[in-house]
Amino acid sequence: MMIETLIAVTLVGALVTFVAPNRIAGKLAFAISLVPAGLSLWLFAAFDGSGNALLDGDLAFESRAEWLQFGDYAISWFVGLDGISLPLVVMTTILTTLAIVSSWTPIDERESQFYGLLLFIEANLIGVFAALDFFLWFVFWEAVLIPMYLLIGVWGGPRRKYAAIKFFVYTNVASLLMFGSFIALVFGLGDSVTSFALPEIATAMLDGGPEGFLGVGGTSLASIVFVAMFVGFAVKVPVVPFHTWLPDAHVEAPTPASVLLAGVLLKMGTYALLRFNFTMFPDQVEAYAVPIAAIAVISVIYGAMLALAQTDLKRIVAYSSVSSMGYVILGLIAYTQFGVGGATFQMVSHGLISGLMFMAVGVVYNATHTRMVTDMSGLADRMPVAVGILVAGAFGYMGLPLMSGFAAEFYIFFGAFGSDLLAYSQVFTVLAMFGIVIVAGYLLFALQRTVFGPYHLETDYEVNHAPLHDVAPMFVLLGLIILLGVAPDLILEMITDAVDPIIANGGEL
Amino acid sequence: MAVLELPEWAALAPALILFGTAMALFIIDSISPRSTNRELLAGTATVGSLASLAVAVWFIAAGVGAPGFEGRGVIELFDGQLVVDQMALYFTMIVAIVTALVSVASYDYLQDHTYQAEYYSLIMLAATGMATMATANSLVTIFIALELSSLPSYALVAILKDNRGSVEAGLKYFLIGALSSAIFVYGISLVYGATGSLQLDAIAAVLQAGDADAFGGLLGLGILMLIGGFAFKTASVPFHFWAPEAYEGAPAPISAFLSSASKAAGFVIAFRVFTTAFPLEATTEVIGIEWTWAFVILAIATMTVGNFAAATQDKVKRMLAYSSIGHAGYVLIGLAGLTTDGGEVVMGAAMMHLLVYGFMNTGAFLFVALAEHWGVGRTFEDYNGLANRAPVACFALGIFMFSLAGIPPLGGFWSKYFLFTGALQVGSTAMLVVAAALVVNSALSLYYYSRLVKAVWIEEPIVERDALAQPTALYAAIVVAAVMTVVLLPAFGPVADTASEAAATVLS
Repeated sequence: MMIETLIAVTLVGALVTFVAPNRIAGKLAFAISLVPAGLSLWLFAAFDGSGNALLDGDLAFESRAEWLQFGDYAISWFVGLDGISLPLVVMTTILTTLAIVSSWTPIDERESQFYGLLLFIEANLIGVFAALDFFLWFVFWEAVLIPMYLLIGVWGGPRRKYAAIKFFVYTNVASLLMFGSFIALVFGLGDSVTSFALPEIATAMLDGGPEGFLGVGGTSLASIVFVAMFVGFAVKVPVVPFHTWLPDAHVEAPTPASVLLAGVLLKMGTYALLRFNFTMFPDQVEAYAVPIAAIAVISVIYGAMLALAQTDLKRIVAYSSVSSMGYVILGLIAYTQFGVGGATFQMVSHGLISGLMFMAVGVVYNATHTRMVTDMSGLADRMPVAVGILVAGAFGYMGLPLMSGFAAEFYIFFGAFGSDLLAYSQVFTVLAMFGIVIVAGYLLFALQRTVFGPYHLETDYEVNHAPLHDVAPMFVLLGLIILLGVAPDLILEMITDAVDPIIANGGEL
Repeated sequence: MAVLELPEWAALAPALILFGTAMALFIIDSISPRSTNRELLAGTATVGSLASLAVAVWFIAAGVGAPGFEGRGVIELFDGQLVVDQMALYFTMIVAIVTALVSVASYDYLQDHTYQAEYYSLIMLAATGMATMATANSLVTIFIALELSSLPSYALVAILKDNRGSVEAGLKYFLIGALSSAIFVYGISLVYGATGSLQLDAIAAVLQAGDADAFGGLLGLGILMLIGGFAFKTASVPFHFWAPEAYEGAPAPISAFLSSASKAAGFVIAFRVFTTAFPLEATTEVIGIEWTWAFVILAIATMTVGNFAAATQDKVKRMLAYSSIGHAGYVLIGLAGLTTDGGEVVMGAAMMHLLVYGFMNTGAFLFVALAEHWGVGRTFEDYNGLANRAPVACFALGIFMFSLAGIPPLGGFWSKYFLFTGALQVGSTAMLVVAAALVVNSALSLYYYSRLVKAVWIEEPIVERDALAQPTALYAAIVVAAVMTVVLLPAFGPVADTASEAAATVLS
C-alpha cells in the first residue's frame, strides 16, 4: 500500500493547496511535498525485490486490485516498482519539492492554483512510473498533460498561448497514436492475453507475439506497433524531428514548470520506450537498430548545433535537452548492460542537471529580467553564488568527471561502443561523442559572455543577490549531482539488476 | 431481501416518487400561491429526485430486474405494458441524477423569477415521463410517456416568458415536437397495421412467426417513422434543428435537463423498441434490410453534423447544444452495433456514455447557468478570464470540457473508448467506419472544447470584473457534477458491469 499512500498523499495535498489562500500556498505546498519526498526516500531505503524490467519476479511494493472488466479484458489497479522506476520516482518527488521552493520568487499571482497543479503533476508522474497496468499507466500519462498545459498557458511568458497549445496538440496526438497502436496489439495478441497488465503482455510478446488483427499479420502488426509507439514516445522525449514543441514550451513555461518538464516529463518518454519498445519487442529493436541509432545521433548533434545558435540562455538549455535525450536513445539501442543501464542512469542524471540549469537561468532572469546572452556580461561580480552554481551545472552538462553526467555518458558510450546488436556501433558512438565537444562549446561560449568579463547589463533593473530560498534548492541538486557522480553505484546497481534480463533476452550481457 | 415482499407495483417506486414530488409541489403552491418559498420548493424537488435515485440504485443493487434470481426477475406490470428491468432502473438513475443536479442549481438561477412552483413541478413531471419511458414496454405507453415528458418540456423552455428568445425557442420546440409526435404515432399505427400488436414482445412474436411477411413495406415505413420520433427526442439528425434554438433560448438549467436526461430517456426507448420488438434477423426477413443500417447512417451523420456545427459557433451555449447533438451520434453507435453477437458490449458502452454524459454535460450547462447568473455575455470572448474570479468553477469546467472531448483519464474518455472497442469487436466494415468517425469527431471536438477552457483560463478578460457572487447551490451542483465525472473512474467497474448486464438482459 506504500505506493497508493504516496500517490494519495500527493493528490490530497494538491487539492488542499488548490483551495488554500494564495498567501500561504507556497509554504504549504512545500510542507506537503516533503511528505512524498520522505516517503519515496523511505521506499528507496526499503527497496528489495527481484522484480526486473521484464516485470517478472517480485516487484517491490506491488499491489493489485480488480478494477473493471470490459469485454474480454480485465483492467486492474496494478502498481509496483523495479530498479528502473524507483530512481525515477525518487527523482520526481525531490525535484518537485525543489521546484516548489524555486517558484516562491517568480510566481506572484494565483499561487494556490499554481502549487496545486504542481503537486497534481507530481502525483501523476509517480503514477506513470509505478503503474503496471497499461490502462492505469495511460491514465496517469495523460493526466500529466492538462496541468502542464495550464501551467504553461496561465503562468508562462509572452507567447504562452501558442506554446501551451502546441505542447498539448503534439503530445496528445502522439499519445493517441501510441494508445491506438497498443490497443491493436493487445487485440492482436488474441487469447493469450486476458488483461492489460504489462507483465502479461510482455510475456505474451516474448512468447511469440501477436497473431494479427484486422487482416494485418502478426509480424507486420508487431512492426507497425513498434514504430507507432516509438514515434508516440519520441515526441515526448523528444528526438529530432519531433522536437519542435520543446523549445517553445520550455521558453514560455515558468521556471518551476520548466524544471519538471525537462527533469521528469521528458523521462516519461524514455522510460516508456524502455518499458514498452525495448522490453516487449526485442526482434524489432534488432531490426530497427540502425535507423534508431541514426535518430539518436542526429538528435545529439543537431540538438547541440541548435543550442549553439541560440542567444537566449533558456533556449540554450532547452535545446541541450534534445541532445542529452539523444544519448539516452543511443544507450537504449545499444542493448547492452552498460548501454541500457547508462541510459536509465542518464535519465536521472539529466533530470537533476537540467533542473539545476533551469533554476539557475531562472534566478539570473529574476535578477536581470533578461535572458539574452548579448544583454549581459560580468554577472559573476554581482551574484557570485548563483552564477557559481550555473557554472557548476554547466560543467555537469559537459560531463565533467565526478559529476553524474560523466558517469551516465561514460556508461552509455562504453555500452554503445561494444554493442553487438547495433551495426556500425563504433561509428555511431564516435559521432555521438563529438556532441560533447559542441556541448562544451556552446556552454562555455554562453558562460564566457554572460558571467565573466566586465559587468554590464542592458536593462534597467538593479541586480541583487538571489535570496536564500532561490539558491538553496540548487545547492541540493548540485549535491545530488556530485553524490551520484562520485558514487554511481547508489542507483546503478539496482538499475543493472533490473535491465539484465532484457539484455539476456535480446542482446548480450 | 425486503424488495421481494413488496407488491409488484412497488417496482415502479422511482417513477412514482418523482410523480409524488410533482404533486407535493403543486400542493405546496396551492396552500400559499402568492408567496414563493424558494428553499422549500427547490428542497422538495431535490429531495424527491434524490429519493428516486436512492430507490433506483437500491433496486439495482438488490438485483431487481436482473434475470437468474428466483422471484426477482424482470417485473412486468399491467400485462406487460410496463416492465422494470435493469435497463429501466439504470436509465431512471440517470434521469434522477440529472433532475437532482438541475433542481439544486435552479435554486440560484431562478432567484427573481416568477412561477417557481410551476417550474419545479414541471421538471418533476417531465422527469416522471422520462422514468416512465424507461419502463414502457408497449408502443402506446411509450407514446404516452413521451408526451408526458415532452409537454412539460415545451413549457419549461418558454418559462422565461418576458424573454423573447425563451418564448421563441419554446414555440419552435413545440412545433417540431408536435410534428415528430405525429410522425411517431403514425409510425406506431403502421407497425400496428403490419403486426396487429402494440406490445413489444408481441410484435417480436408476430415477426418471428412470419405472420407479418406480407406487410414488409408497411412495417419498414413504420420503423423508419419510429426512428424519426427517437431522433427528435434524442436531438439526432435529421430532427435536430430544434435543439440549438431550444437550448439557447431556454433557461440554462433546462438546457442541461433536456440535453442530458431527456436524451437518455429517448435512447432508452430506442434501445428497448429495437432490441425487444424488432429482433434483427426476423425483422430483416420481413422488411428486407437490416435496420441497423439506419442507425449506422444516423450515427455518422449526427456526430459529424453536430461536431462541425459546434466548431463554428461563437456562442457558448450554442456550441454546447451542437456538441450535445454530436454526443447523440456517439450513443447511436450503440444501436448501430446491435448485431447478434457483440451487441451487448457496444450497447453497454452506449449506456455508460449516457451516464457519464449525464454528469459532464449537465455540469457544462450548469456552468453556463452560472455565467448567466453573473450576467457575463454569451460569446466565448465574454467568458475570457473568468478563472481569475472563479477558479473552482472554472476548474470544474475544465474537467467537463476535457471529459466531453474524451481526453484521458476523464470519464468521457472511457465511455468513448468502450464505444470504440465495442464497435471494433462487432467487426463489420460498417462498424469500422463508424469507429473511425468516432475518433475523427472526437479529435475535432477537442478544438472547440479547449477553446472554452482557453477562454476562461488563459485569455485576459475584455472587461474588468468585480468580484463575482458565489451562489452556493449552483456551485454545489457544479462541483458535485465535476467530482462525479472524476470519481466515476474508480467506480467504472460496477457501472460497466451494470450497463453491460442490463444490455445483455434486453438483448437475450
